[in-house]
Amino acid sequence: MSTTPPTPPANGWRTGGGILVVPVLAIFTALVIGAIIIIATGADVLAAYGGLFMGAIGTPRAIAYTLVEATPYIFGGLAVLIGFRAGLFNIGVEGQIAVGSMCAVVVGAFVHLPPGIHAVVAFFAGALGGALWGAIPGWLRARTGAHEVITTIMFNYIAIRSTDYLIKVPFLDKASSSQRTPFIAEGAHIPFLFGPDYRLHAGFLIAIVAAVATAWFLKRTIIGFEIRTAGANPDAAHYAGMNVPRTIILTMALSGLMAGMAGASQVLGLEHNLKASFSAGYGFDSIAIALLAASNPIGVIPAAMFWGALRNGAGLMQLNSGISINLINIVQALVIAFVAADQIVRQIYRIRSARSAGITLSRGWGR
Amino acid sequence: MPPVLEVRNLTKRFPGITATDAVNFTLEAGEIHAFLGENGAGKSTLMNMLYGLYRPDEGQILLNGQVVHINGANDAIKRGLGMVHQHFMLVPTLTVTENIILGNEVVNGLLIDIASAQQRIRSLAQTFGLDIPVDALIHDLPVGVQQRVEIIKALYRGADILILDEPTAVLTPQEADDLFVVIKRLKAQGKSIIFISHKLREVLALADRISVLRRGKLVGDTTPALADEAKLASMMVGRDVVLHIEKSPATPGEVVLDITHLQVADERGNIAVSDVSLQIHRGEIVGIAGVQGNGQTELVAAVTGLIQPLNGTIYVAGTEITWQGTNRAIAAGMGHIPEDRQQHGLVLSYSIADNMVLSTYDITPFAKGLIINEAAIAQQATTLVQRFDVRTGSIDALASTLSGGNQQKVVVARELARPLNLLVAAQPTRGLDVGSIEFIHKSIVAERDNGTGVLLVSAELDEILALADRILVMYRGQIIAEVAGASADRNQIGLLMAGITPTGGEA
Repeated sequence: MSTTPPTPPANGWRTGGGILVVPVLAIFTALVIGAIIIIATGADVLAAYGGLFMGAIGTPRAIAYTLVEATPYIFGGLAVLIGFRAGLFNIGVEGQIAVGSMCAVVVGAFVHLPPGIHAVVAFFAGALGGALWGAIPGWLRARTGAHEVITTIMFNYIAIRSTDYLIKVPFLDKASSSQRTPFIAEGAHIPFLFGPDYRLHAGFLIAIVAAVATAWFLKRTIIGFEIRTAGANPDAAHYAGMNVPRTIILTMALSGLMAGMAGASQVLGLEHNLKASFSAGYGFDSIAIALLAASNPIGVIPAAMFWGALRNGAGLMQLNSGISINLINIVQALVIAFVAADQIVRQIYRIRSARSAGITLSRGWGR
Repeated sequence: MPPVLEVRNLTKRFPGITATDAVNFTLEAGEIHAFLGENGAGKSTLMNMLYGLYRPDEGQILLNGQVVHINGANDAIKRGLGMVHQHFMLVPTLTVTENIILGNEVVNGLLIDIASAQQRIRSLAQTFGLDIPVDALIHDLPVGVQQRVEIIKALYRGADILILDEPTAVLTPQEADDLFVVIKRLKAQGKSIIFISHKLREVLALADRISVLRRGKLVGDTTPALADEAKLASMMVGRDVVLHIEKSPATPGEVVLDITHLQVADERGNIAVSDVSLQIHRGEIVGIAGVQGNGQTELVAAVTGLIQPLNGTIYVAGTEITWQGTNRAIAAGMGHIPEDRQQHGLVLSYSIADNMVLSTYDITPFAKGLIINEAAIAQQATTLVQRFDVRTGSIDALASTLSGGNQQKVVVARELARPLNLLVAAQPTRGLDVGSIEFIHKSIVAERDNGTGVLLVSAELDEILALADRILVMYRGQIIAEVAGASADRNQIGLLMAGITPTGGEA
């Protein structure tokens, strides 16, 4: 018997469109709704959005700060995305960032190595810490079927509370009045690109390289093929002789590796120490970045820059118009709502669904 | 008197295709009208319009001479149309009576009047010779009896016209024979029947009139007296078709698959394969005949490494692959055409090219070390698409865009592209059109002639008879008989499939 035919097109609907259409329209729609909210509070839309724009990219320094903000989001977005490609939903990026930061700061502050090499070793220590922390939920999923969404959430609590303890007790800088670790050695710094005034450090460049490498890795290596196949059809992957449990563990480790790099780059490039209760929610916003990037590694770069720009520009917006920086949270939330529920955007702008099959974000329990 | 049902110029278009194109036909009272056609010929679309599920773009439907507009299934039922779907619409945990009256309950105050409903059901059953246990639970009944429940359900709701959609697909040959008796009795009582099938033999045995659909058009209107299988097949496909595969006698060589005392559990942990030992030699096709659900799926899954058996050993060309998984089975030279091409055989969101190397992506020339060689993959795909006649515009087209027949050709092409010791083909032509079936059968025979051993599992007895050099009959998880392919007799195998052995009684 014949298969169910496709639904007939409604009149006036545009077909297809590039992969950029939905994210761009989602951002546009969110900003329009943001504008309505600003008007509703009686403030000046132009002043608010003008401030947001100038604060984000109005001056060389603003641009540099935006890129600084974008850096952890690029790493984090890649971490979530790698999981998505294998059909895994890694909510544990936040915890993996915490472990990565901790490992990097411990090596940076307590190990003595020649300058430069020290930075490299500390960076890899952070990346490796994140990878191991990510691999454990992967191993649990592969061996027992315990769902990674649940286990990674639990591992976030363990990671965040444990690093908090490590900062406050064994690694506390007793010379300081605040609860933080000692500063890392000068030789462990990831260098600033344009001096400390602009704050932009080489971690940003590493992030760009990581995005390009991830795109290449997923598309052109046999491990990337295994990851994508396990995500697109795990039964077919098993049928074809692939080791799906191993792929799951490896994917979670790679995902954690990226998260660990996010933490290491923040600590070694920007903060130079680790404060108690440092968690900044990068891990959770990273899920938003991966969604906004439509799980495209290169797309993570502009998505993260947009996110960084919103955060960076919010201050000047508040200064110029009196609108609370919390408006930015609303705009960000709307962007994600529209990207995740892309049918809403397609309905508003009458764009038909693209033909390409979607990516399964997560699966049910069990193997 | 006007015909019970008449269809005039019925046309339905979907984007890119005209599913039915100005179809005309009539159905007289007390007539069995069969519709033949390949997949995608428009049979389903036509029936869905009759049953009110699709609205025609053009044309008219007349019931007893009156033009009608059917709005949905409930409206169709009210107008005396009944449909028995290929996949039954029954609630397994309810009784026969409850299923029949579901949505149509006779109430007595707040209570359902089961007694009077049962009386009506019994009288219907008696009138039409449909023997059913009214108080039994559906999931306790064999498939053939469940189908009778579906038919009674339609009659209970007052159907005068019954549409039967591929009704024999799930039946044993004997159950099918019983169904034909029922259908003839329905006809004798004045009911009109539309019988949809792709099995030529059945249509010739049963129908008063045969309409053949091809690409949405009615291309033939004939009767069993004026047609034969070859003629009907060429009408369906639009060219002459080889119904019987030419094959030379097998020349079996050394043992290439050796299974001893295999025991396999199904997903729920019940024993599905209880104790199977069998051997397959190079250059022979061994067919497993059996009604679906007698352990064939689990046998194939265990042999190919998809699931782990509980007990027993499996050797392929001298290498033990028991408990080693799919990778070792592939390495031992096993090819596998899986039962469900969309679940296991393909990644629908991948291109044809990527699907062509799904199990060889990691070896040369498709990979150099860890790096994928896209040029080699493209070349392989181009060659295979040509050799296996996959109808597609591009090797970069997604597998999801292909028809079922072309999807299956991709699977077959991939599995036959590498040198094999053993080919496991599970339902290799399920749901395919005559043209694709012919092609795949020829490919399997050619692979046998190359010296590969073939394990063929099929629910279609005709397929087993056409291809197998030896036939093993599987019943309730065991091989209960072996028959030589050349001397095989349909009826004998049919009885064996129902568990009835010549030595007497049920196995």
